[in-house]
Amino acid sequence: MSDVLKKITFTLNGKERTVEVDVRKSLLDVLRDDLELTGSKKGCEVGECGACAVMINGESIDSCIYLAVWVDGKEVRTIEGIEKDGKLSEMQQAFVDEGAIQCGFCTAGLVVSATALEERGEKMSKDEMKKELSGHLCRCTGYHNIASAVDKVINK
Amino acid sequence: MNFTQIGKPLKRYDAAAKVTGKAKYAGDFHVRDMLIGKIYRSTIAHGYVKKIDISKAKALPGVVAVITFNDTPDIKYPTAGHPYSTDPKHQDIADRQILTNHVRFYGDEIAAVVAENDLIAREALRLIEVEYEELPVVLTVEDALANDAPEIHKGTKNIVGKMNYEFGNVEEGFAKADFVVENEFETQTVQHCAMENHVSYAYVDAQDRLTVVSSTQIPHVVRRIIGQAFEMPVHKIRVIKPYIGGGFGAKQDSCIEPLNAALTLAAGGKPVLLDLDREESIIGTRVRHAVKYKIKTGVTKDGKMIAREVSLETAKGAYASHGISPVAKQGTAFIQMYTTPNVKFDMISVYSNAPVAGAMRGYGIPQINYALESHVDDVAAKIGMDPTDFRKLNQVKEGDADPKTKLKILSCGLEECIDKGKELINWDEKRKKYANQTGDIRRGVGMAEFCYGSGTYPVCLEIAGARIVLRPDGSILMQVGATEIGQGSDTVFSQMAAEVLGISTDQVYLESTTDSDTTPFDTGAYASRQTYVSGAAVKKAALECKSRIFEAVKKRKEIAVEKLDIKDSQIIEKNSGKVVMSLADLAMDTYYSRENSNPISVDVYNQTKSNALAFGVTFTEVEVDIKTGTIDVIEIYNVHDSGTIMNRQLAEGQVHGGMSMGMGYALTEELKLHPETGKTLNNNLLDYKLPTMMDTPDLGVEFVETYEPTGPFGNKSLGEPPAITPAPAIRNAVLNATGVSFTRLPMNTQRVFEKFKETGLI
Repeated sequence: MSDVLKKITFTLNGKERTVEVDVRKSLLDVLRDDLELTGSKKGCEVGECGACAVMINGESIDSCIYLAVWVDGKEVRTIEGIEKDGKLSEMQQAFVDEGAIQCGFCTAGLVVSATALEERGEKMSKDEMKKELSGHLCRCTGYHNIASAVDKVINK
Repeated sequence: MNFTQIGKPLKRYDAAAKVTGKAKYAGDFHVRDMLIGKIYRSTIAHGYVKKIDISKAKALPGVVAVITFNDTPDIKYPTAGHPYSTDPKHQDIADRQILTNHVRFYGDEIAAVVAENDLIAREALRLIEVEYEELPVVLTVEDALANDAPEIHKGTKNIVGKMNYEFGNVEEGFAKADFVVENEFETQTVQHCAMENHVSYAYVDAQDRLTVVSSTQIPHVVRRIIGQAFEMPVHKIRVIKPYIGGGFGAKQDSCIEPLNAALTLAAGGKPVLLDLDREESIIGTRVRHAVKYKIKTGVTKDGKMIAREVSLETAKGAYASHGISPVAKQGTAFIQMYTTPNVKFDMISVYSNAPVAGAMRGYGIPQINYALESHVDDVAAKIGMDPTDFRKLNQVKEGDADPKTKLKILSCGLEECIDKGKELINWDEKRKKYANQTGDIRRGVGMAEFCYGSGTYPVCLEIAGARIVLRPDGSILMQVGATEIGQGSDTVFSQMAAEVLGISTDQVYLESTTDSDTTPFDTGAYASRQTYVSGAAVKKAALECKSRIFEAVKKRKEIAVEKLDIKDSQIIEKNSGKVVMSLADLAMDTYYSRENSNPISVDVYNQTKSNALAFGVTFTEVEVDIKTGTIDVIEIYNVHDSGTIMNRQLAEGQVHGGMSMGMGYALTEELKLHPETGKTLNNNLLDYKLPTMMDTPDLGVEFVETYEPTGPFGNKSLGEPPAITPAPAIRNAVLNATGVSFTRLPMNTQRVFEKFKETGLI
C-alpha cells in the first residue's frame, strides 16, 4: 500500500464499510468522490457554511474539515441515511411541509444537524435551537421556515 | 378569479429529491475519468504579464494540460446574461477574453491547468511562474477619470457608459419649492454568496459537440456566449442545467463556461470539472455595484415633491459584464416611484481594478432604493410630516404612466400595502412613543417602499417557450426553457398547466433539467420575469393543448369543441357536467387508434410586450444600543402587491429570503478591498458576514393581492423585490430611534458607533 493510502473500517449509514482512503482527503471528499454519496455538499471547504454536515457517532460535524481516516471505527450517517424504511423521516417531512427548502444546497447539512438535535431528545426554545443550528448558512430562505420545521419536530 | 390550482400551497415539485440528497447539482455527476481544472489567478490588480513559465507545471506527473492566454482564442466576447440583439447598438460590451495577459483585477484569469486530481491541479498552479509589469491600481471613480489614469480597457477612457434624462425642468422646480433637501449616500460592494459556488463540467461528445453542464440561470444564453467566445456555430454547443444551488444574478452571467470549454478542448475533449472555491466565487464571478449618490428634492410646505434630482457614480470593476444596465435601471426606479413633474437623473459607470459588478437580486434597485427611501424620510422629517402620509401623497397609483416608457400602471396595491404594514407594526402608537427618547437603549420604527418591473420590456426582448405533450395515460410532460434555480418556478409552472388543463398537479411531469438541445428557448431566470413572461408561454401552451384535446374529442364523439371542458382529468360537457370520456382514454386513443392516431404535442412561444410593476413595503422596529452601536431588528414585515399569488408557501419563502438578504445588506455585509493593492480582504464566509439563523428574527410576510391584467393569471414579479426595502426601512427606523440620519451602508457596529460619536450621542 502506498504511504498515502490507509485502509479504514467504519459504519456508513448502517452498513460496515472497509475502504482505502487517501490520508490527505477530507471525509467530504471521500464521501463524494470515492463513495459517490453526493448528497453532502461542498460550500466552502473550511467549515464555515455547514452544507457538508454529517453525523459522526451521533454528533453533527462539518465533514469538509474532518479527515476521512479519523472515522476509522466510528459510525457515520449522511443525508442518504436519514430516510426510514424508504420513507422521509419526520424531520425531512417537516422540511417539505414547512417550505424550508428552496435551492436545496444547504438542506442536506441542515437536515443532518436537525436530526442530530432531534435525537438528543431535548426540548428547547427557538433561540436555543437557532444557536445550535447557526453553523449552517442559507441564502434562500432567511431561515424562517427552517426554524419552523425544526421547532415543530423537536418541540412536538 | 376562481382558480383550482393557482394559489394553492402546493409542496415544491423537487422537495423530496432535495431533502434526501438525491437531487444532482452540477458538481455531483460522476463521469468516468473526470479531470480537474483549476485557474491560475493574478496576484496583482493591474498590469501586464511580462513573462510566464508553465514548463514546470506541465512536467508534473498527472498534469494533462496547462494553458495560458497564448492558447485561447484572441476573441473578445460579452458575458452578460441578456438576450442577444440583432442590432449592434444594443449588443453587450465584448471586453472579455477566456484568459488574459492584461491583468485587470486581483484574481484575474491568466492561465489554467487540467490534472488527474485536485491535489495535482493545485500543485501545478504553484509551479507556474509569472513576472508582471505593474500599472497603477484604479479603484475609485476619481482615479478612473483622472487625466493620467491608465486605461483598463484600451480606447474607453475607463468609461463603461453614461446615461441621463430630464423630465420637466428641475431648476425651475427647485426655485418654486418651499424647501430643498440634499443628501449624499453610499452603498457598499456585496456578493451573492449562493450556497453552491460556480461549478460546471465540460466534454466533447461522440458527435464532436462541445457540451457544458453548468450551474447557470441562463443555459440558452450561455450556449450563445460560448459560441461567441470561440466563433463557433451554436449547433456545435450544448449547455445543460441540472439542479442549481442558488444564483441571485451571479449566475446570470457566463463566468466560467467558456474557460471550461477551453479546458476540455485542451484535454482532447475529456471531461473536465471546473468547481470554484468559495474564495474564487467571491472575487472571480460577480458582485453588486457599490454606488455613490447625490440626491436633491424640492418640496412644498404641504408635502408635495415638485422636483427631484439624483446623480450617481460607480466604479464597477474590471469588466463590463452587464454594462450600464444595473445602473441605468436605477433611473427607471427613481422616476417610477413618485409622480413628480420635474425629475432629473444622471449616472456614470467606470471601470476599476476590482471584482466585476454585474447582476444581483434587484438589479441596481436595492442601491437607489436605499438612497431614495432614506432621503424621502429626511425630506418628510424636514417638513414635519409622517413618512407614510408623505409617501401616500407623492407615490404612483393605478392609471399613472411611466414618463419614459409610457407604460401605464394597471394594478397598484401600494397604499393598501402601507396600511397593512402600519397595522402590523402598530405604527401610529410607536412613532409617537419613540419620538423623544433618551438613554442608551432606544427603539424606533421605520419603513420604505418600492416598485419593481416584471421582466425587462421594453429595454430587452422578452421571449419564452413551453412544450406540452399529452402522454398515453392522460398525464402531461412539460418542458420549459425557463430555469428553476431554487425559487420554485417548476412548481408554479405545473400549477399553471394543471389549472388550464383541468388536471391535478400530480398529472404534470416537468423536467427540471434545462438542455439547450431539447428544451424550448427561453432567456432564463432573471428580472423576476419567469412567472410573468415564461408563465404566459405555459398558459398559451396549455390552452393550445386543451384546444387540441377538444378537437380530438370532436373527431371521435361529434361534440362541438365549445361545449367541452376538462375537470379532474375527465372531459365533460360544459353545461351538464356529464362525462364524455376520460382524458386518459382519449390520450390512449390518440396514440393507438388505427383510424385517428395523432398524439397531442404542442410547442409554443410567447413574446411579452408589457411590464407590470409590483409594489411593496418593509416595516420594521429596531432596538439601538447607543453605547455599542448595535442595531437589533426586533420586528420586520414585508407586504407585497405581486398581483395574484401563485403559491403562498413558495411566495412567502421568496420574501423571507429577500428580507434576509436585505438585512445583511443593511447591517453586516461588505466586501472589502485593500485600498492600495486592490486585493479582496474578506473573500470567505467567516470574514464576510452573511446573516445567520441567530441574526434573523421571525420574518413577517403579507400579500395585498391585486389582479394584473397583463399577467397570465393576474400575477406580477416577486423574486427580487423582497430584498429591496429592508435596508432603507432599517435605516429609517434608526433615524426614528436616535434622530441620526445614516448615509452609508452597511450600518455595522463599528460604523454606527463612529457616527454616534461624530453626532455627539456618545
